[in-house]
Amino acid sequence: MAAPAQRRIIFQHIDEPGYSNDLACYVRNGGYEVLKKSVTRPPAELIDEVKKSGLRGRGGAGFPCGVKWGLVDRKSGKPIYLIVNADESEPGTFKDRYIMHQDPHQLIEGTMISCFANNVKQAYIYIRGEMPHGARILERAIAEARAAGFVGKNICGTTYSCDIFVHRGAGAYICGEETGLIESLEGKRANPRIKPPYFPAVLGLYQCPTIVNNVETLCHVKYIVEHGGDAFTKVGTPNNTGTRIFCVSGHVQRPGYYEFEAGKITMGQLLYEVCGGPLPGRTFKAVIPGGSSAKILRFGERFKGKRKVGAEMVDYDWGVEDVPMDFDSLGMIGTMGGSGGVIVMDDTVNMVEALANINAFYSHESCGQCTPCREGSLWMKKITTRMVHGQARNEDAALLKSVADQIPGRTICAFGEACSWPTQSFIAKFGDEFKQYPETKKAAKPVGAHELV
Amino acid sequence: MNLKPATLHSIDEVITHYPVKRSATLPLLHLIQEDVGYLPPETCEWVAAKLELQPINVLEVITFYPMFRQKPIGRRHIKVCRTLSCALLGGYKTCEQFEKEFNTHRGEVSPGGEVTIDFVECLASCGTAPVVLIDDDLHEKVDCAKAKQLSDQIKAEAKKR
Repeated sequence: MAAPAQRRIIFQHIDEPGYSNDLACYVRNGGYEVLKKSVTRPPAELIDEVKKSGLRGRGGAGFPCGVKWGLVDRKSGKPIYLIVNADESEPGTFKDRYIMHQDPHQLIEGTMISCFANNVKQAYIYIRGEMPHGARILERAIAEARAAGFVGKNICGTTYSCDIFVHRGAGAYICGEETGLIESLEGKRANPRIKPPYFPAVLGLYQCPTIVNNVETLCHVKYIVEHGGDAFTKVGTPNNTGTRIFCVSGHVQRPGYYEFEAGKITMGQLLYEVCGGPLPGRTFKAVIPGGSSAKILRFGERFKGKRKVGAEMVDYDWGVEDVPMDFDSLGMIGTMGGSGGVIVMDDTVNMVEALANINAFYSHESCGQCTPCREGSLWMKKITTRMVHGQARNEDAALLKSVADQIPGRTICAFGEACSWPTQSFIAKFGDEFKQYPETKKAAKPVGAHELV
Repeated sequence: MNLKPATLHSIDEVITHYPVKRSATLPLLHLIQEDVGYLPPETCEWVAAKLELQPINVLEVITFYPMFRQKPIGRRHIKVCRTLSCALLGGYKTCEQFEKEFNTHRGEVSPGGEVTIDFVECLASCGTAPVVLIDDDLHEKVDCAKAKQLSDQIKAEAKKR
């Protein structure tokens, strides 16, 4: 079956010739009209549209945005904050970068609509430290929007006021975790907070109710408020509404970002048709579907079970190529849609070496607060690095699994899961390769193979 | 602390962005590092006094975040992405090429002080791997040939100074 056409809602203007990131260009293309209309509507009505839309957060967890907003403590009398999570750091993910660099006003408009809906008086955009140009572009865009009355005092001539400031991170992955981000914004080490009691919706920034939303999620809010929550549910598939931006990297002919209706395209269509298939003379070996912490899939494995289609339960028997790219389908086969970062590996890649690369990342990024994660991620790195650069032992796979199995569920935040899932899934899917590695490493590397650690 | 007037002005302005002064810790450290090139030992005391904190509150932030450095580096900072998508397309070779060009090792200042080369974790541009951040500018699809070309450019700019 041929792949569907892209449906560019969020990336409508990305890479469009002549489209610039200034206010004049945005306004020429109908910009801020949705905000102007929104501020004349009752805020509760806007929240209802988002609830109806079924929008799920695009940062990784896929938590329904409307539910998140519904949890905000509105009776405490404390100010409500909104933080834009622009810390895009999950390896394999590179969508928010383009929104912020090329279409910053789309993000600002979505943010201001969300602020108005939730009676927020102060918003912050937490952008990762390695995007200095992105931070400057956003600051300039906010200044333009402020001068035009779309941000700051008396927005669009109403009595509603809300400002936005840009806050730069400084190279720590854990700041993408919402409570870690809040600690960082408070000027501290980004050690995530324990939940309960520190649910951001109740005790967030400065112990006030706080909404933390991903960049792409807030852009979707703008679209939803413009077209209505019901119209949004017509895009995508039930429970996976709207579009998804897939960031494809690694061993494909045409890596890049592609926006499709959620669940309307399969992994096979995405990788073979849209991305042009494997490099010449190579075959696909494995794919990580939702950022580096998502569990890996092995080409050739099959997934069987029953799934709900409409009101009926239907049998499915999928290869990796047949899996629809949505939160629920990827969840059913034991992995996740996560942040949409699809990392492809071909037959030149040795999975021990690929895992060693990933483990080095998680070990570097563990905040160090919880012992199982701090020590476990370090030991997984040490073992896989030793396998590659020192002596590899037959029992290493079992050792790695025993370390990985002792981390999840024993940490304050989901980093414990994120750092153990790669090791668990690599060993489950490619166990033989780990057992054979002492022999494999004596042989010549495949042509075209790169050093990974 | 000997900071430029523009930096001092920016520092006073950025503190007003937050209802709690401590929140300005990261922005102040960025501003000082951009001005001085690194965070000298007196930073902790100075920022702590400015934000009404204890020096340890500042030190623990400096040591947590990878972008903050307590020692000077080369005039140019070359950050090569090390993470999976870049490594799959030759990021390690790219890094080695830069090391060869400047006769140095990652984490060190090159002889003559022109560059410091570092491996960093994912720079969020995986679709154009391998990527390299030189000072504030992102360079995409940096294979060995492009690494050499960028190195030549840095050397030429150094000569003009």
